[in-house]
Amino acid sequence: MSDTASSGIGMGTTLAPAWLQRVTPAARFVLQGGPSALAAAARALGIPDADAPGRCSGEGTTLTLIWLGPDERLLIAWLEDAASLGARLEAALAGQAHSLVDVTQRQVGLRLAAAFAADLLNCGCPLDLDPARFPVGSGTRTLFNKTDIVLWRRGVDDFHIEVWRSFEDYLVRWMAEAAQDFAPQR
Amino acid sequence: MLLIRCPHCGERPEPEFAYGGEAHIARPADPAAVSDDDWAAYLYLRTNAKGVHAERWRHTRGCGRFFNALRDTTTDRFIATYKSGEKRPEGLR
Repeated sequence: MSDTASSGIGMGTTLAPAWLQRVTPAARFVLQGGPSALAAAARALGIPDADAPGRCSGEGTTLTLIWLGPDERLLIAWLEDAASLGARLEAALAGQAHSLVDVTQRQVGLRLAAAFAADLLNCGCPLDLDPARFPVGSGTRTLFNKTDIVLWRRGVDDFHIEVWRSFEDYLVRWMAEAAQDFAPQR
Repeated sequence: MLLIRCPHCGERPEPEFAYGGEAHIARPADPAAVSDDDWAAYLYLRTNAKGVHAERWRHTRGCGRFFNALRDTTTDRFIATYKSGEKRPEGLR
C-alpha cells in the first residue's frame, strides 16, 4: 500500500499515508431483487434492509448493508466467509427472482480517516459531504475523479471506500497527490 | 455544480449522470412489419427540440437507474425529472 502510494508521486515527495489503510472484509456480495427478495435477505442476515437512498444498516454487527439502488444492495461481511454467507443467503432466497453475486475479490476496501478526509474526497468526488447532507452512517455509489467508488461514512472524518481492484492504484496515487495540500509533508 | 434530481436518490451532482437520448420513443412491436422508412425513422430521426425536450438520463454513478427529464435545451435548465414508465408531465415550460 505505502509502496503504491509513494512511487511515482511528483517532486520527490514520499508519502506514507497513515490516514489511508487497506481494509479487507471477509466477503462482499451484490444482491439485486425486488422488495420481497431484499426483505428475505435482510431477515436471513438478521439486520434491517438498507431500504432508502444513502442508507446503510448492520451497525453494531459484523455485516454492513449499503443501498446502491432501488433493487440493489452491497453487502460487506467482516467475518463470515463468502461460501458460508452465500449458502445462507441462497437458502433464504430460494424461489425468489434475484441475483446474488460474490464480488469479494472484485474490489478492495480503503479506510480514509483524517481530519481533512471530507475535503480530500471532495478533490475528486462531487458529492456534498457536509455532515448535514451526508451524515454519519450514509453510503452510496458515487464517483472519485474517473473511477466509480462506493463511499460509506463511518464517522465525521472516517470514510470507507470500495473501489474496483484495478482502479486502486489510480485512486491511491490521486489521493496521495491531492493530500499534499492537506497532510503535513515529510 | 449542476445538480440533477434523480427520482430515486434526490439531488445529485451532474458528473454522476449519463445522457441517454430522447425519451418516449417506443420500439415497434413487430419490427418485421415496419417499412424501411419507418424503421429508419425509429432508429435515427429525433425531435432536436429548441426549448423543452423530454430525454432519458441514467444515474450511472449512483443508483444506476434510467429516468426521464424535461430539460430546456436553450438554458440547460432541468424543469422536471420523473421515473421511467411515467407519462411526460403536462403544461411545464
